[in-house]
Amino acid sequence: MARSEQQSNERYGGRWFWRYASPSAFFAPAGRIETLCWVLAAVLAAIGLYLGFFVAPTDAQQGEAYRVIFIHVPAAWMAMVIYLAMAFWSLLGLWLGTRLSFMMSHALAPTGALMAVLSLWTGALWGRPTWGTYWVWDARLTSTLILFFLYVGYMALAAAFDDRRKGDRAAALIALVGAINVPIIYFSVKWWNTLHQGSSVRPGSSSMATIMLAAMLIMTFAFWAYSIAAAMHRLRTIIIEREGNAAWLRASVLGGKR
Amino acid sequence: MNWGSWSAFWDMGGRGLFVWGSYGALLIMVITELAALRHTRKAALRALQEDHDS
Repeated sequence: MARSEQQSNERYGGRWFWRYASPSAFFAPAGRIETLCWVLAAVLAAIGLYLGFFVAPTDAQQGEAYRVIFIHVPAAWMAMVIYLAMAFWSLLGLWLGTRLSFMMSHALAPTGALMAVLSLWTGALWGRPTWGTYWVWDARLTSTLILFFLYVGYMALAAAFDDRRKGDRAAALIALVGAINVPIIYFSVKWWNTLHQGSSVRPGSSSMATIMLAAMLIMTFAFWAYSIAAAMHRLRTIIIEREGNAAWLRASVLGGKR
Repeated sequence: MNWGSWSAFWDMGGRGLFVWGSYGALLIMVITELAALRHTRKAALRALQEDHDS
């Protein structure tokens, strides 16, 4: 363990949060979380897709086109959740200066961008048969497109500086400022008159058939597990890239080849 | 069971292009991300190894 980390552990009394706030301590647990989440994602996706295609009935109004919902809604939710998680870790990084926080935020960004693209793409393919158009500049769609650009801007900024700490901080700022867009996306269907429908799922009530809702929620959990697994994998890679000089890391990843 | 045959399954009530266009995009993106994850991990390990050897 690096000297400064030892000091900070002593300073903060070695509470669990601080113990795992160091890359060295979180490297192994991140690997275990990753493995668990890959398995969960595969199992949940298999169950969710089975329910979605073979158990859930044809929709009375939309026919079979509605089956896009089982990936469209989970992807749209994850795009928002991941952005909020990025903003959270960025805030923590700026506030406390913990190295792992910025790494966590960087690890989430590409998967968040993927979810944003997926929600836009599936939305377009769902919009065509149900609304008669792939795209409209309505509030929900436009704010989701902005979310995608925020992800791209975040990743570009993080990579734009020779001084890694500057990149970390600049990207963290865009993550924080851009977070205001997430509630705008969420409430856009209430605040503006949009072509996009309102929420089908609200706490305590839902306008969907139970089996359709179950399939969609199981797919959502699958997307959660996938996102966590991908982020943990990326986090470990970033730790290898950034902490390459640390003896513990060499011993851990290069193993017997030393 | 919703589908009498495989062709009915792929046809998706005439909406196959939209439904499979969505699920196909999901598949392609997941495969691409997994490949990217593997690629960057290998590059990072190679850099570490070379740094170690020199």
